[in-house]
Amino acid sequence: MPRTSRSAVKKQTKRGKPAGDSHSRRPADSLPASAQTPAQLLDFYYYLKLNRMVEERLSALYRQGKVQGGLYSSKGQEGISVGSAFALAPQDVLAPMIRNLGAMLVRGVKPVEFFLQYMQKEGSPCKGRDTSLHFGGIDRGFVPPISHLGTLIPVLSGVALAGRMLGKNLVALTYVGDGATSTGDFHEGLALASVKRLPLVVIIENNRWAYSTPVAAQSLLSDLADKARAYGIPQGVVDGNDVLAVHEATARAVDLARRGQGPVLLEAKTMRMRGHSEHDDASYVPEEEKQFWEKRDPILLYEKHLLSSEAASQADLSRIESECAARIDADLAIAEAAGGPRPESCVEDVYAPTQGAVERPGEETLRLVRRS
Amino acid sequence: MGEAITYLEAIRQGLWEEMERDDRVFMLGEDIGVYGGAFKVTKGFLEKFGQDRIIDTPIAESGIVGAAIGASLMGMRPVAEMQFIDFIACAFNQITNFAAKSRWRYGAGVPIVIRGPSGGGVRGGPFHSQNPEMYYVHTPGLKVVAPGTTYDAKGLIKAAIRDEDPVIYLEHKYLYRLPRIKEVLPEEDYIVPIGKAALRREGRDISLITYGAMQLHCMDAAASLEKEGISAEVLDLRTLLPLDADAIEATTKKTGKVLIVHEDTRTGGIAGEITALINERAFEYLDGPVRRITSPDAPVPYSAPLEDYFLPNATKVLQAARELLSY
Repeated sequence: MPRTSRSAVKKQTKRGKPAGDSHSRRPADSLPASAQTPAQLLDFYYYLKLNRMVEERLSALYRQGKVQGGLYSSKGQEGISVGSAFALAPQDVLAPMIRNLGAMLVRGVKPVEFFLQYMQKEGSPCKGRDTSLHFGGIDRGFVPPISHLGTLIPVLSGVALAGRMLGKNLVALTYVGDGATSTGDFHEGLALASVKRLPLVVIIENNRWAYSTPVAAQSLLSDLADKARAYGIPQGVVDGNDVLAVHEATARAVDLARRGQGPVLLEAKTMRMRGHSEHDDASYVPEEEKQFWEKRDPILLYEKHLLSSEAASQADLSRIESECAARIDADLAIAEAAGGPRPESCVEDVYAPTQGAVERPGEETLRLVRRS
Repeated sequence: MGEAITYLEAIRQGLWEEMERDDRVFMLGEDIGVYGGAFKVTKGFLEKFGQDRIIDTPIAESGIVGAAIGASLMGMRPVAEMQFIDFIACAFNQITNFAAKSRWRYGAGVPIVIRGPSGGGVRGGPFHSQNPEMYYVHTPGLKVVAPGTTYDAKGLIKAAIRDEDPVIYLEHKYLYRLPRIKEVLPEEDYIVPIGKAALRREGRDISLITYGAMQLHCMDAAASLEKEGISAEVLDLRTLLPLDADAIEATTKKTGKVLIVHEDTRTGGIAGEITALINERAFEYLDGPVRRITSPDAPVPYSAPLEDYFLPNATKVLQAARELLSY
């Protein structure tokens, strides 16, 4: 994934920081705990903010009727996406779930792609055929999800298996919610991955609510990571609202997996700070629970950390926020100007072309991305 | 001149040759390695190709198909075995939602093959005899093939492995070692193209449209009809998705009388789809209603008297053909 490294390096240069040691190229398995450089600490902040601000903009577009259907927020969970994605090496493969927009940003997806996708444009990564974060091919280091939860775990097992066959030294990483640890695919995938010792990392994002179902109605376990014991694989629990802790825990998990001691099951404890989807007011969540977690907002916590450790000044943080806003404005303008899909294109690309080459979904997006 | 081989051996040869031809091809499934598969389709493969390419898995069909999908996204050509095709139901979601829709959604082809023994006639009971084709025929993005001859068994497995899209390959276990259909196959490499039906027997008076093991009953019925001076055409579909609509149209226009025969149960079986297709393409050529002989709408029964009653056979085909001819 050279795209990822380039974007991170470019980011630093743009902010006037030295691009010197190219931290984002360093394989995760060589990252000792708390070895982040000052530039990397600010990179984390940039992506946390970008993640939240892109989603806030999408929410505004939803209220304007420009985004329709389901819109899924990762508010409160950004630290998991950003911290974990930064623990991957370029050759690794990541399969996001719907609340991992930040992980896709870290690995090189541009805000314009989310806007095109959610605004149902012809140039959207799915040509208007599918929505949400359901895009990004293996050539960019992604396997997109389907809406059926848990399914990515067997699929990423296959990615890890093929990666080993092909000698790519890759680790496959995916996420699953607390609810989806109840699915059959979660267990089938781990059964297969464990006996084959596949280089797979599964992060359970325990955000306490599966739509309206509390985690206590999903499992009797205090720690969902204990499900790893059924497969005899390494497990860990981490504070999902601490981006640095997530990064460190994921880096260790990735390291174990790469060394053939996987798969690894990691549980990141967090809270879904909005409804399941934009239409859902989450009125079933007790008020005191919301208040407790609002104080534990991952971005707020990280800002405090950066300021108190003097890794960044308030001016640094403000500048990064302005950068994010400018980026979003520019990308949204491109998406707003794009046209809608041709109605009849809904029947194309069901099968491989029998003759000649046709444009695949996503190719127009790449052109727009290059322009952005 | 080579030796006549069985339908099972033809599948085996096809798999073997594709694995030799293309390093990306590998197989995964339950008991396929050390044991060589429940029906011994993969006997000797582990020794030849090693455990990296012949992968025994836990009992987890959804996991198997999911892993095949993931590997195919990485550029591999996985062949997943369902020990009995009945168990494909456990992988339904991965097949119909992940594999079938990926190309259309974001341009990623999923070139996997899911194969396994289908069909009745071996006293397998309700969970080892099913014909699950129509669940998958109803899913855009998949291809479904069902060879009925030894030649096609080999040619279609090779075509399925080389195909860029997910293919469900239904092998009929009643045909596996049936001496009657042993064949001498060409020495050279060949495939049977997906989407092309085969005219097994040319005729003028009536068309029998069928696939899988049922084509034997249709051929027997056609031979009996010949003795009565009636010329029956037998069209073997070979591929159920995509259907060879041109071949169906052509035989309908030729004879004007169509009898569809399938082992799958009646409601939602492919006979209904073919009938609609004939209505759309060749209604004015019909000289009688399109008829169908199928299994009844019940699970496949175990005991001999029940299963013999349940399955279509040449007598039932013959009777329906005579009725249609006298319409």
